[in-house]
Amino acid sequence: MSVPILEMRHITKEFPGVKAVDDVSFTIESRQIHCLVGENGAGKSTLMKVLSGVHPFGSYEGEIFLDGELQKFKNTHDSERAGIAVIYQELALVPEMTVHENVFLGHELRKGLQVDINETIKQTIEILKKVRLDVNPATEIKDLGIGKQQLVEIAKALSRNARLLVLDEPTSALNETDSENLLDLLRELKQQGVSSILISHKLQEVISIADTVTVLRDGQSIITLDASKDEINRDVLIKNMVGRSIDNIYPEREKRELGEVIFEVRDWNAYDTNLGREILKDINIQVHKGEVVGITGLMGAGRTELALSLFGNAAGYNLRGEMILKGKQVRFSHPKKAIKAGLAYVTEDRKGDGLILIQDVKTNITLANLDRILRYGVINGNVEIKDARDYSDSLNIKTPSIEQKVVYLSGGNQQKVSLAKWLYVRPDIMILDEPTRGIDVGAKFEIFTIMNQLVKEGMSIIMISSELPEILSMTDRIYVISDGRLTGELEAKDADQESIMSLATS
Amino acid sequence: MLKRNIREYGMFIALFVIMAFFTIATNGIFISSRNISNLVNQMGYIAVLAIGMTLVIVIRHIDLSVGFLAGFLGAIAAIGLTAWGLPIWLVIPMVLALGVVTGLISATMIAKFGIPSFVATLAGWLIYRGALLQATLRTGTIIIPNKAFNAIGNGYIPDIPLEGFLPGLHKLTLLLGLCAAVLVVFSAISSRKKKMAYDFDVPSKAMFILQLIFTVILVGAVTYVLAGYNGLSWTTVIVLVVTLIYDFITTKTFLGRHIYAVGGNPEAAELSGISVDKITYVVFGSMGMLTALSGMLFASRLQSATTTAGTGFELDAIAAAYVGGVSSAGGVGKVTGSLIGAIVMMSLTNGMNLMGIDISTQYIVRGAVLVIAVVFDVATRKHRK
Repeated sequence: MSVPILEMRHITKEFPGVKAVDDVSFTIESRQIHCLVGENGAGKSTLMKVLSGVHPFGSYEGEIFLDGELQKFKNTHDSERAGIAVIYQELALVPEMTVHENVFLGHELRKGLQVDINETIKQTIEILKKVRLDVNPATEIKDLGIGKQQLVEIAKALSRNARLLVLDEPTSALNETDSENLLDLLRELKQQGVSSILISHKLQEVISIADTVTVLRDGQSIITLDASKDEINRDVLIKNMVGRSIDNIYPEREKRELGEVIFEVRDWNAYDTNLGREILKDINIQVHKGEVVGITGLMGAGRTELALSLFGNAAGYNLRGEMILKGKQVRFSHPKKAIKAGLAYVTEDRKGDGLILIQDVKTNITLANLDRILRYGVINGNVEIKDARDYSDSLNIKTPSIEQKVVYLSGGNQQKVSLAKWLYVRPDIMILDEPTRGIDVGAKFEIFTIMNQLVKEGMSIIMISSELPEILSMTDRIYVISDGRLTGELEAKDADQESIMSLATS
Repeated sequence: MLKRNIREYGMFIALFVIMAFFTIATNGIFISSRNISNLVNQMGYIAVLAIGMTLVIVIRHIDLSVGFLAGFLGAIAAIGLTAWGLPIWLVIPMVLALGVVTGLISATMIAKFGIPSFVATLAGWLIYRGALLQATLRTGTIIIPNKAFNAIGNGYIPDIPLEGFLPGLHKLTLLLGLCAAVLVVFSAISSRKKKMAYDFDVPSKAMFILQLIFTVILVGAVTYVLAGYNGLSWTTVIVLVVTLIYDFITTKTFLGRHIYAVGGNPEAAELSGISVDKITYVVFGSMGMLTALSGMLFASRLQSATTTAGTGFELDAIAAAYVGGVSSAGGVGKVTGSLIGAIVMMSLTNGMNLMGIDISTQYIVRGAVLVIAVVFDVATRKHRK
């Protein structure tokens, strides 16, 4: 047997408060396609960032061998030079530049000081043939469909003599024909000596293309399957992806009678004018008083878009449908109005659009409801400090003081600040978007406990999450979204991970 | 304590060092009452611009149009007072309102049409430059004969007519200084009392008294120096009032919170129910109004509107804001800091003029100080935790 093209040995990558990748090892023989599967947040992307040098040597533990040689990538240039090309979900092409300019971007062919345009075009044509893309190299990228852009990305990788392609969810945005084309191309490239690592949620395509599969869960490698020895099928994959014991992660939930319907969404449609397509189609949702409703689905299914469109931050969307809050038909033109009406939205990306990191804990907590500390438009600083302390204490936010800037808190405590901020508006309905992303088990438990307390006091919660165990354990009812459509509604007590997965991938 | 607040104290220390240096280098002429009074009057029209610019930079924008807009609005004031024969009490609010309107036009370009503020206000720079030239085209420099208007930039507040009592000192200025000191002491004590009523931590009594004494000495020294010449100038009064109002708005009101939230993280602000567009209108509207004020201060100081009035004001204001600790990343910066920044920059000009240093060298020194201030700012920001 030849030397494996890639060997990752005992890779561990920690972020403050969370082990994203925990002692993962796997090997890829040359001329093989290796698939990585796992739930969102299982550590796939982090692992690939370690491989590509985004997380440089020294920031992780473990060793990477390429053709049997130890590699110490300091940045992505190093890994590129070694023959690794990573193709992300968000394509890294310059839309305003031509195909040939993009293919040779960053390593332009030169003649003296000038770019050798003729040679560039000639070589681009050859490479495009390899990826079976029949376009004029002078076409601008923005005039190509997403499927063809994907192929240009691969051409770009080949122009750099990549021997190992890493593709992160390459088919998530493609239609069936384009997906099929891409997979065929990967098989063909394999024969020519270019191996691939494929990250995918679409289990069917994993089964059809993989030579080996590694299943990741909570940062750990659960199992590696070899198509030549083991049987790879849907059941095996799903079982390994989700099969974690849920003892001591979720607090006990009391069974209660639900109140009346407080919030209802009928035939909700959203058309994204930027993307030029429907992102939400005929969504119908009901929320009872004191209920925790789960919304789940794969990344890109439209969960966050749904929350934003309900919350009044729908710039660029054309909305159709009805929304009924406490018996009255409503539609919010700005989050301000949604907040006034009793909605709160804890964002998925707390650093990006949730908190103001450069401001302190107290300023963040009071921001969405300054009315509570205003007298004649002037802030009563003392009341603010007192309120912020009360909320900080009751949520058990670990911070040296409420004057600490939020940027210095751990992920779990940042999330609690985010929660405190939205509790400060005293909402009737709280939308939690991925409330446990990137925080450790202890903080998760605390947040779940707070959620239970809130619904007991009569609040309703819409919990958006892609972590199936937490959806199953923490909610009363579950809506599953796939590709902008509601594909199922399940009572949490009757549902299991397999049934949700199969609705989410349908 | 000192370490935590080094960013805020750093500026005062820098200002003190610069003033001490020039005082020694000019054998005390720099710190003389007459010169300091002069310095404050020279700085007024940049200081008000710097205060407005602070908020613009805080919300991650820039306004390049304010220089020539100030010149243009100054010319409008001059024309209003002369050619149109309007009374001063009508001209001043009219020009201020015009300033607000021009600010709102910039804001519309930025918020509604999504044009980058750099481009939108660069267009304003060109347009108002042309407008200024057209306004002064027929007459050239417009001389303003209105005494009341010219007093804004050159006059001093009246004194209490008490012959023989404290000769050589401006008594009303001293009285106002005394009032200010008393006010500061009382508000500090009352704020401390309230905090204690809430059971919050307060600095120790000795520390508190030390701070009070230091503040009173500072107020006293400034008042004494100013009282030694003609007392408080109207420009000083205007700058102080504008600073106090803006400091109050930015630190104590919901509007200030919203401005800093938008600067700190526009997406989070929007999702917290703050309209980013609305804040953009408010901030640029205020910038326009302060630009009008600046233009009138300058016209009044020269007692005329000239064809080149306002040249480079925008850059001086931006420099003052950056020296004063505003961050271009947004969300950080105080109006009081920018005022200090303006004083620092003007002290440099004034001091070097007194020393007879060549103008070419002056530019280089001011550029170097700007860089040093920002490097210091970035460095202290990084190391702080």
